Amino acid sequence: MDIELQKVSFAYAPGTPFEKRALFDVDLAIPSDSYQAIIGHTGSGKSTILQHLNALLKPTEGSVRIGDRTIHAGKKENDLRPVRQKVGIVFQFPEHQLFEETVLKDIIFGPMNFGVSEEEAINRAHTLIKLVGLPESVLEKSPFDLSGGQMRRVAIAGVLAMEPEVIVLDEPTAGLDPRGRTEIMELFYRLHRERHLTTILVTHSMEDAARYADRIAIMHEGHCVLTGTPEEIFSNAEELVNYRLELPHVVRFQHQLEQKMGRKLPKLCLTEEELAKTIAQLLREERDGQ
Amino acid sequence: MMDKMIFGRFIPGDSFVHRLDPRSKLIFVFAFIIVVFLANNTPTYIVLLAFTLLVILMSRIKLYFLINGLKPIIILMVFTFLLHIFFTKEGPLIFEWKFIHIYEQGLRQGIYISIRFLVLVFVTSILTLTTSPISITDGMEVLLGPLKKFKLPVHELALMMSISLRFIPTLMDETDKIMKAQMARGSDITTGPIKDRIKAVVPLLVPLFVSAFKRAEDLATAMEVRGYRGGEGRTRYRQLKWSIEDTVALLSIVVITAILVYLRS
Repeated sequence: MDIELQKVSFAYAPGTPFEKRALFDVDLAIPSDSYQAIIGHTGSGKSTILQHLNALLKPTEGSVRIGDRTIHAGKKENDLRPVRQKVGIVFQFPEHQLFEETVLKDIIFGPMNFGVSEEEAINRAHTLIKLVGLPESVLEKSPFDLSGGQMRRVAIAGVLAMEPEVIVLDEPTAGLDPRGRTEIMELFYRLHRERHLTTILVTHSMEDAARYADRIAIMHEGHCVLTGTPEEIFSNAEELVNYRLELPHVVRFQHQLEQKMGRKLPKLCLTEEELAKTIAQLLREERDGQ
Repeated sequence: MMDKMIFGRFIPGDSFVHRLDPRSKLIFVFAFIIVVFLANNTPTYIVLLAFTLLVILMSRIKLYFLINGLKPIIILMVFTFLLHIFFTKEGPLIFEWKFIHIYEQGLRQGIYISIRFLVLVFVTSILTLTTSPISITDGMEVLLGPLKKFKLPVHELALMMSISLRFIPTLMDETDKIMKAQMARGSDITTGPIKDRIKAVVPLLVPLFVSAFKRAEDLATAMEVRGYRGGEGRTRYRQLKWSIEDTVALLSIVVITAILVYLRS
């Protein structure tokens, strides 16, 4: 399912002394099956955009098209459930949304709200708990007895159980250890490829954006300032600095290496593996050439 | 949805009212609450209203914003007004339709009580809107200081108050976040039939309590780690300063009292 934001502006508390504009004329199209990263500094409007993606916030101006439903500014909408079922959001620190007595009940909460039968929901819970890397025995435990990392996985399973067509991730790995981080990111990437889940990742990790995303949008002070493929975005170092963003480690390493060697590598590499392979190939060519 | 709530909120500014010492503002408000009850006829209520309007003007807080933010209170006001109109049966009958009888005294009392309500709510809101929570508690602590002699833990009470005030916005944010997370999971507390809304309270309250307790524990640990041990011998970073304006503010209350005593019947 695709999502399209057209000239979206948003202000918090409009018409009061606390009015704060968070988005200005944002245009962003997220096609079906894509992996879109939204990057920006703190306070750039990332989280505000994210809440527009399933109509938790409605634009003050402009419109948001979510699949075949369009949310216009200033129009009252009723029954947004279908939209919310299709677009699942994993909020930052999703473990804060757990509330049930057992993990199983918490996972089936979402799907049952959307009218899935209990039996089916329980089936999904059993599959998903394994998918997120926890043993099935966890299902009978209280979510509050789990560790932070485990709670995060349970919460993610709870969102996936709704079987959304689009999944929005807000810093899904914040506060996790490096291994948990990779596992969670790989899990979402696998889901994206295998189930064609349209994925929207809101992050300030350039590394994650470079590695997983096929399209990147840069937010700065409420404006969507740059969009493009990771290659396009990261070959544009000067502009990123203007938005107080840095290049991913790999790209920075490549730049330094190129400077030392006094020559350019044939392409911009976005992951360590890719860079290693390119360098190896280059060295091999050089050796063969001699 | 809580954007419009102005209860307990503080709008920074630099008006005359903003600059007053919290002590004088507190005394002013408490005195005013008592003085309001002196009014008992039309001229006195007009004086009260005018005085309140003057205070609002001097605080430079927009009137429409104030009214907008106090909408829930206005509903309560209308309710008391209606109660008075229908149930006070004194004076000449001025309106009659089927079973509805409205008497002059009822109408009069209804209006008076509504004004009293409005005036009280406005003035106390102005206090919280123009004074930061920290200054309010500082002022409270000083004003309650003499009660220390009677073994009242004044400092601790003030600290409790400032902590709870400090965490109101945090908890509001938290509520908003959790509410949205549950809305995204299909449990919506803001729309739908009342039965569904009540059901949606549990998924909201449980996480809220869990995080509030966690926060309280963290705060307690942080205070302990930094060696907090109550108010004894504690010096202050923010010193309260009494200025001529504060005296003027308090004198205005005296003047108003005199006028009301003179005009009341």
